[in-house]
This record gives sequence, C-alpha cells and structure tokens, in this order.
Amino acid sequence: MPNSDLSGMHIDALKEISNIGMGSALTSLAQLVQQKINMSVPNAGFYPVEKVVSLTGGEEKLVSCVSLRVLGDIQGTIMFVFEEESTYLLVDFLMGNPEGSTNTLDDMGKSAVQEVGNVLTGSFINALSSMTQFKMITTVPVFAFDMMGAVITSIMAANGRIEDNVLVIETELFQDSRKVKGNFFFWVDPDYNNILFKALGMS
Amino acid sequence: MDQAKLKEVHVGIADLGVVLRPDKLITMGLGSCVGVSLYDHVARVAGLLHLMLPYSTYFKNVDKKPKFADLGIPLLVDEMKKKGARLPCITAKLVGGAQMFSGNDEKLILNIGEKNVAAAREILKSMGIKIIAEEVGGNVGRTIILDSSDGKILIRTLGKKQMEI
Repeated sequence: MPNSDLSGMHIDALKEISNIGMGSALTSLAQLVQQKINMSVPNAGFYPVEKVVSLTGGEEKLVSCVSLRVLGDIQGTIMFVFEEESTYLLVDFLMGNPEGSTNTLDDMGKSAVQEVGNVLTGSFINALSSMTQFKMITTVPVFAFDMMGAVITSIMAANGRIEDNVLVIETELFQDSRKVKGNFFFWVDPDYNNILFKALGMS
Repeated sequence: MDQAKLKEVHVGIADLGVVLRPDKLITMGLGSCVGVSLYDHVARVAGLLHLMLPYSTYFKNVDKKPKFADLGIPLLVDEMKKKGARLPCITAKLVGGAQMFSGNDEKLILNIGEKNVAAAREILKSMGIKIIAEEVGGNVGRTIILDSSDGKILIRTLGKKQMEI
C-alpha cells in the first residue's frame, strides 16, 4: 500500500521513471536473449519489509536474486528476483539452449543470470540518467539462489535498510507467454528520496 | 496428540512470539537473520525471535525492538515471563545467520549473519541464558518450527532433508 506521505503525483512520477527505465532495460534484454519480454505497469510506494517479501509471494519459494548498489547523485539498491523455472529459462535463452534443457543452476548459469541483472540495471540507470541528468554508477552484482524470505531480508540487512517503510519501485517482468516471471526492485536510500523528487520537478 | 488442535503461530520478520504447550512457533526464510528460540522446560513456555541486525545502537530510528538482538532478546524473555517462564529455567537454541549472497561487493557481502550470531551469543551470555544447540552460518535459507512441548526445533531448507535440533 502506498504511504500517505506520497501524493498521487509522486507515485505517478516514480511509476513513470520505472516505466521508461525498465522499458529501455527490457529492450536490451530482449536483444540479448532474442525473446520478447514485457512488463506490467510498475508499482511505487513505501512498503514495510514484510510486504516486500509478500509482493513476490512466499518466504520459502526458491528464487534467484541479483542485486547491485547504485552510487552517485542518487544512491540505492537494485534487486531482480526470478522464480526457479524462469531462472532456468533465462539461462537457456542466454546460452542458446532449447527451452527446458536447464534444470539446475551451475556456475555458468549463475554468471548468466548475473549478466541479465547487469544488462537490465545498466539500461535502467542510463534511462534514469538521461531523464534527470544525474550521474550514477553501479557496483558488481551479487547473487543468491535460495528461499525468497532469506534472500530479501539478507539484502535489506546488508544495506542497513531496516526502516519500517522502504521506498520501492516494483515491476513484474514476463515474457510474452508469461514463462519468464520476475520482479524488479529499486530502493532509493532515504537521504536521496527528496533529491529524486526534486529532479522530477517536485519538492 | 490430536494434531488438529495444535496451533502454529507465525512469527514474522523482525517480530517475536510466545506460546504455551502444545502450540508451535514457526518463522520462515531465515537468511542472515537469526531465529533465537528460548524454552522453559519446566513451565513449557516457548519463545521465538526473528532478528535482522545485531545492535540497535548504530541506528538513529529504532522503530521495532525485535529487529535487533540487543533489544529483542530481553523483550522476548520479558514476554515469556508474563506467561509463567522463569529465567533460570530458560535455555536457548540459535538458527540462521547465513551468508546468502556471493560476489565481490564488499558492502553487500559484509557478513551480517555472522555478526547477528555473535551478538545473540553475547546477549544471551550476559543474561545468563545457556545456548544448548546451534545450526548457524553456511549459505542456506532456513525455516524453523519450535515445539513448545519439548523445545525441539525442526529445520527446513530447500533441497535438503529436514533436521531436528
């Protein structure tokens, strides 16, 4: 649920950033895997930690997660979460294997999923930069493949993101057939919320 | 025992719960978080805390005590006392504190799990509570179910057989 501190206008602006940023990111991914990949209308708002876990459905669900830090004029954390089957499909697409040939995740597979995170984040950041004129860089991605609850809370704790409410921009990603399902999260560090809003013409 | 009458109380992230025999406490998806299970074997009172971070003193805004080892553990003991537990009868078991992510980013890889476990041990020691079992570290997510009738913990991980401590 969006926090009441955020006006409809703020939420719309965040959704718009996400729309443009992820739109451009998915075009890059589509080129990489040679598959058409769509996205849902993004959600934006302040969510408690528990809600972030439930957004992606189920603490014990096996997921892969790629996370990167965004540094520069705006700082925050980016996280991609893919369900188990989607993870394997992404590996198949990237490796040029027939669909369904991957059913475990080896080191090569892990690198492939990290690379997807890298490509998506790169394009997202570039789109955000050109909208806001902000300079940003990202760190090398980190990776996990385990229970969703364990993965998400670990990233939040590592970032010191322990407030009850975290500014989250979230988008559901899926391939045309809806076989590749994933979620994109961008948590803006608290000190940078206002900078972001200002850059978008709101204070 | 009639399984249908058993109540399983869900303990969320950065939260705690206390139950009496024969109910159970469950917390899911412990990664770097630590599940502190306390048990009074005389009064049969069980308490479970799902903590995220070691010390609250590093943070300005402490909104939720159970998020931290230093505030959450004493709070859990207080809640258990309200239900009839006595400090000398309480023993502890620790589960979690894993390192979930691999990669080269020092900030994201910074081992919070290890620090959580160390803090929990220190706080329990300062309160005179003995740790009788641990299943900590590694790189797996864990779900735990604490049984208030005997203090045993069932640990579930993905792709491995469940175990009991």
